[in-house]
Amino acid sequence: MLVAGKACLILALAVCLYGIGASLYGARTGRREWVASGRRAVYALAGTTVVAFVILEAAFLRSDFGFQLVLGHSSTTTPAFYRATAIWSSQEGSLLLWLLLLSLWSSLILFATRRRLREVAPYAAAVLLGFGAFFTALLVFLESPFDQTPGVVPAEGVGLNPLLRHPSMMIHPPMLYSGYTLFAVPFAFAVGALIARRLDAEWIRSTRPFTLTAWFFLGVGIVLGARWSYSELGWGGYWAWDPVENASLMPWLTGTAFLHSVMIQEKRGMLKVWNVSLVLATGVLAILGTFLVRSGILESIHAFGASTLGIPFLVLIAAMVGGSIALVASRAAALRSDHRLDSLLSREAVFLLNNLVLVGLCVVIFWGTFFPLISEAITGREASVGPPWFDRFIVPLALMLVLLSGIGPLIAWRRATVANARRNFALPLGVAALACVGLAVAGAASEPPALIMFTLAAFVLAGMGQELWRGTRARRVMSGEPVPLAVVALIRRNRRRYGGYLVHSGIAVLFVGIAASSSFADERDVRLSPGQSVTVGGYDLTYVRPTAELRPASNGRLERIDFGADLRVARDGRSLGTLVTEKSYFPSSGPMLGPVSRYFEGEATSEVGLRAGWQRDLWTAVSPDIGELRPIVEEGDKVFSDSAASLPAEQRGALLAEALRGLTARYADDPPPATFRVLVSPMVTWIWIGALIVFAGALIALWPSPRALARRAAAGYAARVGRETRVRVPA
Amino acid sequence: MVDLLVVLAVLALVVLLVTGPLRRGERGDEDDAERAQLEAARDAKYREIRDAELDHRTGKLSEADWRAQDRALRAEAVELLRRLDALSS
Repeated sequence: MLVAGKACLILALAVCLYGIGASLYGARTGRREWVASGRRAVYALAGTTVVAFVILEAAFLRSDFGFQLVLGHSSTTTPAFYRATAIWSSQEGSLLLWLLLLSLWSSLILFATRRRLREVAPYAAAVLLGFGAFFTALLVFLESPFDQTPGVVPAEGVGLNPLLRHPSMMIHPPMLYSGYTLFAVPFAFAVGALIARRLDAEWIRSTRPFTLTAWFFLGVGIVLGARWSYSELGWGGYWAWDPVENASLMPWLTGTAFLHSVMIQEKRGMLKVWNVSLVLATGVLAILGTFLVRSGILESIHAFGASTLGIPFLVLIAAMVGGSIALVASRAAALRSDHRLDSLLSREAVFLLNNLVLVGLCVVIFWGTFFPLISEAITGREASVGPPWFDRFIVPLALMLVLLSGIGPLIAWRRATVANARRNFALPLGVAALACVGLAVAGAASEPPALIMFTLAAFVLAGMGQELWRGTRARRVMSGEPVPLAVVALIRRNRRRYGGYLVHSGIAVLFVGIAASSSFADERDVRLSPGQSVTVGGYDLTYVRPTAELRPASNGRLERIDFGADLRVARDGRSLGTLVTEKSYFPSSGPMLGPVSRYFEGEATSEVGLRAGWQRDLWTAVSPDIGELRPIVEEGDKVFSDSAASLPAEQRGALLAEALRGLTARYADDPPPATFRVLVSPMVTWIWIGALIVFAGALIALWPSPRALARRAAAGYAARVGRETRVRVPA
Repeated sequence: MVDLLVVLAVLALVVLLVTGPLRRGERGDEDDAERAQLEAARDAKYREIRDAELDHRTGKLSEADWRAQDRALRAEAVELLRRLDALSS
C-alpha cells in the first residue's frame, strides 16, 4: 500500500492547488460554482488525507516493516495501544497528523459557513488550502511517510522511543496539533475579512467557536505535557521552560488575549486593528510552534542546517508575517474604531491591560526561547536562559494577570462609578484582605510573591462567587426557582459569561498551585544504600530494598530491564506505606554494541514514585548506580561475542536471557548505593484541579445556546425582541 | 493491483466531488445566505441585550446607561427582524 499512500498525498497536493485557484477565481469573478468547487476541494483534501492516514495506521498496527517509517518507530514488542499512536512519534507521521487535523477542521468551518460570509469564506478557503499545500508538499517532496525499507525487510523494528510510552504522551500531540491547526481557522478568516474588506464582527462571530476550541485543545495539550514531564521525565517538576513547551504556550497566550479583546470589538466596535493583529499573530505563532517542534532548531543551532524542514518553514513564516503586516497596513482606514475609550476605569480598559500583560508574557517567553539563537548569531556562542530568568519577568506579569482576571468581570463597561466600585469590590477585597492576613500569620509571609498570589486568588474566587450569587438572586426574583435550579438555568442561558467566570476561577486555583509548589518546595538529591533513611519536607524515607526485573513484551521478547527501589514512607512517626520508583532500561539497536551492554546503552525512562495529596505531593525518582555492574556487563559481552558464531540463535537467546537474569539477581542481592531525587511540593494537585476547572469552563462556554432563542414569532417586532431575549427579570 | 484500485477509487471520488458544482451549476441562493447572516446577527444581538440586562442586575451598568444601551440594542434587533421578515415575504 506504499504506492497508494504516496499517490493519495500527490492527489492531495493537486487538490490543494486546484482549490486555491478555484476559490480565488470564484471570489474575484463572483461565480458561485467556482467558490463551491474550491470549498469542496477542502473536503476532498480531508478525504485523501484520511485515506493516507488509514493506510499508514494499518501498517503500524500490523507491524509492516516494509514501511521504513514503521521499522524506525515501532516493533513487535511495542504494545498495541502504542503501536496505534506511534505514527506521530515520527517527523513524517506528525506532519501527516497536522495535515489530517487541518483538513478536517477546515472542512467543518467551511461547511458551517457555506451559506454565510460569502465574500470572506472563499479567501479563507484559499488560505487554509495554502497551509494544506505547504504540508502536503513537505510530505511529498521532503518527509515522505511512504518510503519503502531498502533491502531485506527485517523481522523486528527499532521500536517506539520509550519516553513516549506514556498514556498522556499519546494524547498530548493530537491535542496540541488540534490547537495549532484550529488557530489556522481564525487566521484564515481574518485574512479573508481583510482582503474582502468585510471587517465587521461577523467573521469573528462565525469563527469564535473554532478559536475557543483551539484554545481549549491547546490548553489540554499543554497540561497533559506538564503532567507527563511531572510523572515520567524525572525532571522533578511539571514545567521547565523547555523550548517545545514554550512554543505551545505562546499562541495560547495570544489566543487568550484575542478571546478577551474581541468582546470589545463586538460590543463597542473598538480595537479592530489590535484584534486582527492578535489573531494573525496567533496563527503565525501556531506555525512557529510546529516549526520549533519539528525542526529541532533550538536543541542545537547546527541542527538547523541539517534539518530539511528549516528553510521551507522559515519561508512560510516570513510569508505569513509579511503578508499580515501588508494586509493590516493596507486596510488601516477600514479598521478604524467606531468608538473611543470612555474611561480608564472601565471593563474595556481592564481588558486592554489584560491584553498587554498576556502579550508581554508572550514576548518574554519568545525572547527567552530564542535567546540561544540570538546569542549565537551575535556572539558566536550559544547561551541560554534558565528558569530564574523566566521567573524574574513571568512572576510579576502573572500576578498582574490574576489581579486583572478578578477585576474584569466586576467592573462596569464604559465607565465605572464610585457606587459601582463600592458595590462590586467591597466583598472580594474584604475576603482578599482576610486571606492575606490569615496566610501571613500562618507563615506564607516568608515568600511575598506567593502570599500576593494567594491574596489575589482569594480576590478572584470571591468575586466570581459574588457574581454567580447575584445572577442567581436576580433570576430567583423572577422565576422563584430554588437556588440549584436557578444556578443551572442562569448558566444555561448565559454560557459564555459563566463559562468564562469558571475559567477565571480555575486560573486562580491553578496559579495558587504553581505559587505554592514553586515557593515552598523542599527538594534534595541523596545517595542511599538499603536500610538508610533521609528526611525531606517532614517525610522520613527509608530505602528498604532494591528491585530488579526483566520485563517481557506481550510476544514474550524481552522489552526492558527495570532497576528500582522500595521506599518506606513515614511522617511524624506514622507509617504511610511504601513508594516504588524504577528506572527502565530499553535496549539500543546499535549494531556496534555488545549483546548485554546494549540493554544499558539505549533509552532509559524514570517511573516516578508519587504520593499525591490535597496538601502536598511526595515525589521521588531513583537513579541506580549501574556503574558497578559495568565489569560484569563487559564480561558478558565478551563471552557472547566469542561464542556467537558457534551457538545456534535459539540457544544464544536462552543463554543471554539467563545471563541477564543473573545480572538482575546480582543487582537485587548486592545493590550499589542509589541516588534519589526527593521532592515535597505543596498543592501540586491544585494545578491539575485548576486546569480541570478551566477546561470545564471552556466547555460550558463552547456548548451551543438553546435553539429556542432563534424561534420566529408572528407578533410585533419589539414584543418579539423582548420575549426572545428575556432573562426572567423585569425590564 | 490493490494500490491501483485504491488510487483510482479515490481519484474518481475526488473528481466527482470537486467538479459537482461546475457540472450542476451552483444555485445562486442569495436569500439563503442573507437569511443565515441576519439570523446570526439577530442571535448575537439578543445575546448582547441579555448581557446588558444581566450587567445591570448585577450592578455593572447604571440604570441610565443600561436604559440607553438597551434601547439602542433593541432598535437594532427590531431592524434585523424587519429585514428578516422582508426576506421571507
